[in-house]
This record gives sequence, C-alpha cells and structure tokens, in this order.
Amino acid sequence: MQKKDFRKGVSDTIPLIVGMIPFGLAYGILGKSVGLTSGETIAMSILVFAGSAQFICLPMLMEGASLAMVSFTTLLINLRHLLMGASLAPYMSGLSMPFKALLSCGMTDETYAVTIQRAQAGCYTGAYQLGSNVICYLLWVMSTIGGVILGDYISDPLSWGLDFAMPATFLALLIPRLRDKASVIVCLVATLVSVGAVILIPGKWYIIIACLAAAMAGGLMGGKQDAI
Amino acid sequence: MRFEILMYILAMAVVTFVTRFASIGLLRDVPAGLGRFLKHVPTAILTALIAPALFAPKGYIALTFSNHYLLAGIVTALVAYNRQPPIVTMGAGMTMILVLRMM
Repeated sequence: MQKKDFRKGVSDTIPLIVGMIPFGLAYGILGKSVGLTSGETIAMSILVFAGSAQFICLPMLMEGASLAMVSFTTLLINLRHLLMGASLAPYMSGLSMPFKALLSCGMTDETYAVTIQRAQAGCYTGAYQLGSNVICYLLWVMSTIGGVILGDYISDPLSWGLDFAMPATFLALLIPRLRDKASVIVCLVATLVSVGAVILIPGKWYIIIACLAAAMAGGLMGGKQDAI
Repeated sequence: MRFEILMYILAMAVVTFVTRFASIGLLRDVPAGLGRFLKHVPTAILTALIAPALFAPKGYIALTFSNHYLLAGIVTALVAYNRQPPIVTMGAGMTMILVLRMM
C-alpha cells in the first residue's frame, strides 16, 4: 500500500515538473555565469532546493550582499511556505515528527500543489507526498547538473520562451480548481492584488500579500464549506 | 568550494527549512475559522505566483497583443478549462509561446 502510494505520488508529479527542467538548466547556467564553481552551484540545489530563492540570491551573492541580507531575502521569498504548510498540516497530523520534518524539506510549489490536491480529495498519505517530493528533488538536482554542464555550450534557455513553462504548469493546476464561486473570487482577488503589488511594492512581497488577501476573501465568503 | 559561499548556502538552507517546517511542525488542530481560510490557500498561491508573469511580465501592466505571455496564458487557460490533462494543457501553452516568439 505504501509503495503503491509512493509510486502514485511520483507518477502524478512527473507531468507537472517537466516544466521545471528549463528552470533547473537556467539556474545551473546562471550559477556558472555569475562566478560560482560547479560544485557550489550544485550544492545550493542539493541543500536549499528552492528555485525562486536560488535564482534571486545568486546575483546578490556575487554583488557581495551581506549574509543577513541574503537570509532575509530568502525568508521573504519563502514566507509562502508558512501558508502552504498550514494548509497541509491538518492532513499530516498523524505522522511522526521526524517524518514531518523530512516531508517539509521537499515542499515546493509543485509538490505542494500535487499533494494538497490529493489531500483535498481525501486520499492523503505520507508515502504519496514522499514520492512527489523525491521525484521533484531528483529532477531539480539533475537539471541543475545539466545546466552546469551545458553552460559552456548554450545560452539561457528561458530566453527562448521556456520561462512560460512555469505559468503553463500552474494554470494546468489552477483552472480545474475554479469550480465554485468562492474559488473564482479567490482567483480574481489574488490576480488583482498580486499584479497591483508587483507594480507598487519592490521586492517579492506580492506573493504573500496577494495570497493572504485572496484566502481571506475566500474564507469570508462562507457558503458551502466542508472542513478545510 | 569556498568556505564563505558555503556559509551563504547553509544560511539559505536553514531559513528555507524553517519556513517549510514551521507550520507543519507546530500546527496540530486547525480551528474551523482558520480552516475555512486555509482551504483557499492553494488557489490563492497558484494565482499569485503566475498572475504578474502573465499580466505584467516586464513589471508594468501590459494588456496588449504584444504581450506573448498573456496570449499564451489565455490559450493555456482555455485548454485547461476544457478539461484536458495537464500535459496537454502545458503542451498547448508551450507551443503557443514558441509560435508567438517565432512570428
């Protein structure tokens, strides 16, 4: 049963992380181009495993930003994990603390989206989430290595339009969720607030601000609400 | 591997882990009021991550035909709306953006 759930987690995640490959490649290439060694670039993917934070911190590192500055930026970009974790937490309450910690390490936008969809359908297991995490992690590290190797031969793959892979992936996950009025309103509020905030507020605050505002709007809507 | 760079990487790793583990490790029972709010977090976060990339890819609002991200996003959304599997949706979106780039 556990093995089956693990495999299901892997197979449900694969289609959604194909879009991650160009980002891993681009990150590997960028790491080399800003002056990190191959080992340092790959070590960051192995230890941090957070694409957007890695991308944003690379140039900061090379511009000589302080350790505190880089840490704060990482914190800001990753604040959304607090909300993602909170929405997964009730499903994970039966797991042991070490297993929770292990599963936390692998919570990315992609694995979260796959896992919460499964959980909201009433079929959450730790093994499923682990499968999703493991395949995502392997692909991120491998595509980083690919980027480091290819860096000498090709330029940034994202400039060909492959940077659309991420919006395309998340649209494929988002649109099927918009089945009831509350979800449509949440989506509209998140769109307006995130676009407004990205223009008006410097830095990466727009993600967390829009997420809080939209989820609150949804929570206030009421209507047919099963627990979580 | 330079020691200084390794310190930066470790700091980023620790901060990232803390954000990932904090809620999962600390929250046990979620009160119903909070649950109603958290239920909408997936939709909210997916939207917040992509809306600026579609509507304002260069940092300002661009509701024009020259905004390839928006055009490809509309096509992708329509395909997804027609209940196609994710891989078909993404394929359609990527095809669209590559075609727009070549035009």
